Amino acid sequence: MALEQAQVAANKKLALKLVWIIAGALLFAFALVPLYDVICSVTGLNGKTNNTAESASKAVVDLKREVTVQFVSSVMPGLGWNFYPKQSSVVVHPGQVTTVMFEAKNITSEEVAGQAIPSVTPGKASAHLKKIECFCFVRQTLKPGEVKALPLRFFVSADLPKDVQEMTLSYSFFPASQ
Amino acid sequence: MSTTTVAHHDEHHDDHPTGIMRWLTTTNHKDIGTMYLTFSLVMFLVGGSMILGIRAELFKPGLQLMNPEFFNQLIGVHALIMIFAALMPAATGFANWMLPLQIGAPDMALPRLNNWGFWILPPSAILLTLPFTLALFGVGDGALATGWTFYPPLSVQGGIGVDFAIFAVHLLGISSVLGSINIIVTIYNMRAPGMTLMKMPMFAWGWLITAFLLIATIPVLAGAVTMLLTDRHFGTHFFDAAGGGDPIMFQHLFWFFGHPEVYILLLPVWGFIPQILQTFSRKPMYGYKAQVYSLWSIGALAVVVWAHHFFTAGMPVPALLYFMYSTMAISLPLAVLFYCWIRTMWKGSMSFETPMLFTVGWIILFGIGGLTGLVLADVAADAQYHNSYFVVAHFHYTLFAGGIMGIMAGVYYWLPKMTGHMYNEKLGKTHFWLTAISFNVTFIPQFFVGLAGMPRRIPDYALQFAEFNMISTVGAFVLGLSQLLFVYIILSCVKGGKKATDNVWEGAQGLEWTLPSPPPYHSFTEQPVVK
Repeated sequence: MALEQAQVAANKKLALKLVWIIAGALLFAFALVPLYDVICSVTGLNGKTNNTAESASKAVVDLKREVTVQFVSSVMPGLGWNFYPKQSSVVVHPGQVTTVMFEAKNITSEEVAGQAIPSVTPGKASAHLKKIECFCFVRQTLKPGEVKALPLRFFVSADLPKDVQEMTLSYSFFPASQ
Repeated sequence: MSTTTVAHHDEHHDDHPTGIMRWLTTTNHKDIGTMYLTFSLVMFLVGGSMILGIRAELFKPGLQLMNPEFFNQLIGVHALIMIFAALMPAATGFANWMLPLQIGAPDMALPRLNNWGFWILPPSAILLTLPFTLALFGVGDGALATGWTFYPPLSVQGGIGVDFAIFAVHLLGISSVLGSINIIVTIYNMRAPGMTLMKMPMFAWGWLITAFLLIATIPVLAGAVTMLLTDRHFGTHFFDAAGGGDPIMFQHLFWFFGHPEVYILLLPVWGFIPQILQTFSRKPMYGYKAQVYSLWSIGALAVVVWAHHFFTAGMPVPALLYFMYSTMAISLPLAVLFYCWIRTMWKGSMSFETPMLFTVGWIILFGIGGLTGLVLADVAADAQYHNSYFVVAHFHYTLFAGGIMGIMAGVYYWLPKMTGHMYNEKLGKTHFWLTAISFNVTFIPQFFVGLAGMPRRIPDYALQFAEFNMISTVGAFVLGLSQLLFVYIILSCVKGGKKATDNVWEGAQGLEWTLPSPPPYHSFTEQPVVK
């Protein structure tokens, strides 16, 4: 049964309108990517830390308060390294500059470069972890079998929300192209 | 609803190609509906046998039948097949068959699009399952092994199975988007004169909202898996932390589609369940307007609650609270629906033929699914239950009981109309009781092992869970085998049986029941007038 001409035209018109909704939804999906980045960098939602060096002179030490900072490490597939923190946690006063050590060892027979990506939990603490010097600022290259001590100098800013008594700093080493 | 109908018994224009060409080239809504329903039934059995493999492995602790990689592949492909190739095509099949009949239209609005929409499905099902076969010949390492959710970084590291699944999802997405366009246009443009929106059958309302949800969210899924594809092969870093991306963002994109998807699967069922209830209670459905508004509010809430699927991924407390309360808010319109369904039966002259048995069983079991969902929506409780078998039991109460058992109610309800024959009532009732009982035997133990901490998607488990898993496996096999009875009932009903009357059921209301059973190849060539 053939539909009437007017009906067919009306159907096509509405169908095309719906195609615009679909195109809009597809655009929205890709627009979510920058949107997500903006929301995260404003709120610290995904635990990303600021990757630029802070100066220690900004630090005001709050001796009345103690915060536990824990360290975890992981190596992503494709990078033949051992990588671990030399201490699992430290207790610091907010504002107190501390140095902790990580160690990486290249267990392959090739020279490989890796990049460490930090993440802080809980997310709202991430903006308050200030790094003065970090091995994650630059790409690290290890010769075959080389063991390297990787220092991190940081302080926790004194305006850390009162309910945060513990935070975890995680480093994942990713393979980096030379 | 009173109608004046024109005689339809003249079967002119009934010419169409015969044999395989009829099915390949057809643009007839009934043929396409039949193909959707058949495809769905076949894939239901395929997806079901996959999960029987899983349950067999979980019968005893330890690894007996398969390696963990294959176990993971079965889990992910089972879910994708059941959702995209069984449940969604079944609902689309009903829409094709019944929407034009219910709203008095001669066909779907865009018949060629309709044909294309269906014929995309079989290739995508092949894409999804092909890696299993390829692995037998030493190509690749099998199908998608990430679970149906494709979470990176696992999915970025996975083998060719992930690529096949990504392309399958693209095709399945195109198919359901095409189907949705067709349904929206049909409902808006093709209703019989006099049928205003608020006089539409509830099934049309359910599908209209489903179709809008589909065209708004499927493109987001398509976008997300496309980003996954470029991350895997073209050096982008959407979800790769090393390149400044974020794997959690994938979870947001995925569940922005994934949560509405839950309602996409259920809304068509919520549409025809009240129609079955009013038929077998022999009184008009209670609260038509309240139901329509509830369906709309659920559709609207569906797109703003997604993050409750990953509370444990890490979120600020205000976000957790927002997603918790908004998720719980969905139970309000849903409670209105439950009230209307029960109130439709209240003091009705009820009889319990198979469709009604399935419907009443559906209300109870789907109710359990809804209530356990409230438990999971609680952030504090979810910290314990997330990724446990409690979640598995919960979503099978909503998707197997709430989805597939609802679809089965629809099959028994409309089968006499579609085939012109009554199905075997005795076997139908047996099928119901077997399904309902074995379903509960399968999934009630999973609530308990979940509460006790058994994680999902793991091929081995602690000894303390052994008895419950054994019961669950026995239940699953009875449940699976009972579905062969379902297939037999359908086949024998197609072949022959007692002739069905036009009205089929004593209390049936609606335009589809004014047509002969089976309806002529072309129906409503003269549109009926609804007063």
